[in-house]
Amino acid sequence: MQDLAGLFERATGDEKHEWAAASTLDVLWVLYDRVLNIRPDNVDDPDRDRFLLSKGHGPMAYYAVLAAKGFFAPETLDDWATFGSPLGRHPDRVLVPGVEISSGSLGHGLGLGVGTALGLRAQGRTARTVVLVGDGELDEGSNQEAIALAGRFGLDRLTVVAIDNDSASHGWPGGIARRFAVEDWATETVDGRDHDALHRALAAEHPGRPAVVVATVEKKEL
Amino acid sequence: MTSTVKLMRTVFADTVIDALDLDPRLAVVTADISATAFDEARARHPDRVINLGIREQAMISVAGGLALTGMLPVVHSYTPFLVERPFEQIKLDLGHQDVGAVLVSIGGSYDEPAVGRTHQSPADVALLDALPGWTIHVPGHPDEVEPLLRDALAGEGRVYLRLSARENEAAYPAGGTFTAVRTGRDAVVLAVGPTLDQVLDATSTLDVTVLYANTVRPFDHAGLRAAVAASSPNVVLVEPYLAGTSAHEVADALADVPHRLRSLGVRRDMEVRAYGTAAEHDAVHGLDAAGIAAAVRQAIS
Repeated sequence: MQDLAGLFERATGDEKHEWAAASTLDVLWVLYDRVLNIRPDNVDDPDRDRFLLSKGHGPMAYYAVLAAKGFFAPETLDDWATFGSPLGRHPDRVLVPGVEISSGSLGHGLGLGVGTALGLRAQGRTARTVVLVGDGELDEGSNQEAIALAGRFGLDRLTVVAIDNDSASHGWPGGIARRFAVEDWATETVDGRDHDALHRALAAEHPGRPAVVVATVEKKEL
Repeated sequence: MTSTVKLMRTVFADTVIDALDLDPRLAVVTADISATAFDEARARHPDRVINLGIREQAMISVAGGLALTGMLPVVHSYTPFLVERPFEQIKLDLGHQDVGAVLVSIGGSYDEPAVGRTHQSPADVALLDALPGWTIHVPGHPDEVEPLLRDALAGEGRVYLRLSARENEAAYPAGGTFTAVRTGRDAVVLAVGPTLDQVLDATSTLDVTVLYANTVRPFDHAGLRAAVAASSPNVVLVEPYLAGTSAHEVADALADVPHRLRSLGVRRDMEVRAYGTAAEHDAVHGLDAAGIAAAVRQAIS
């Protein structure tokens, strides 16, 4: 985890989404360090866990974690977002080993995650699918289609981690978790900076239904 | 080919249901429309025949997710709900993810004008043509559907199969190249999909070549060049969707050949606020035999 600060700095500058990236840093580290079965040597294994960064904005934290875990060389971060770099301000799965989806436009990752979980289930695989969304991203109506479907289909190998930094323009009165609970998801809301709490919530089994972990972090500063 | 009494939609369902039993890679994704046609298949393959309810954005995203796990999704709905409503999902969740899918629409441009503009989608081919990597088939007869579909199901690319209730009397080969149905000296008329019979009617007394296409992307440049070389550089393009959708392909095919092009199709300059029948709408767009004949006569004059 200490390495991340240096890796993060290699890629930061005037990045306007810097705070959004920082909001995801602890969740990403816990997922890659303690929860998911994803390593540089199994990126093509059909039984690997899948991590889908739906909120593709501010990917520096994601890139820093991937570099720290050896998916690509740290020096790749130095000239990110330049023409020849595989690392852009939104990630492209075709260019970066270990990146499961290309994202940037909000509201796509959860639907892709439902399809991924259905595909793995159809093939009899038990790999997990974890989708990271932002609280602002949940404004997109496409998420509602996917949330309902995951609940009705009982996708118990699907986990959504919703980073809540209070960035949705009209808020989510009463909290994010209850939007999922009404569709029969298991829900837990934890401190998004508390690694042990995140680990416990993200590693928990939730038989018969999908789970959302709402990771609350400090309000986004504009 | 022998004729069949099946609708294109029925041939589609029968072919996919048969293929599902043989290929564990295949999945079917629907959003209620035609879902009952797959009831028995869903009972046999509950994990691979998936009806999502009326959720078209999820329909494409779920297909993208299935494809990311190595499966080939077949996605089906009425044309506007398959192509227009979830267009960004098609761009990003299929194209940008670099995964394959087979999209199969019904309804054509205006198969059922009585249901109004909401159920018309004359821009579907132009929209998909705006994205890289799509193969586009426009069958004009139910017997063309199965070979086109089986080819798509055996691959892993992005394929759009545009089905219609409108059809020609006869079926033609489905090999990706244009078929010369008639040869003549004064013009080359390229009829796409279900426009063929009206083109043949319109040109029955004219000395023109009639080419038939049931695959428009990729576009058979060599076939058009050969036909023009053997006939005339007067080209009339007749498409059952937005006028001029393939005009840029004709221009590319004939880039070094001085030529004239007239593009017929669904008008771009107006929304037809009328119900009625498909034949009545053909007349508005100049896609009836009289309209096509007038355009061809003008082209060769």
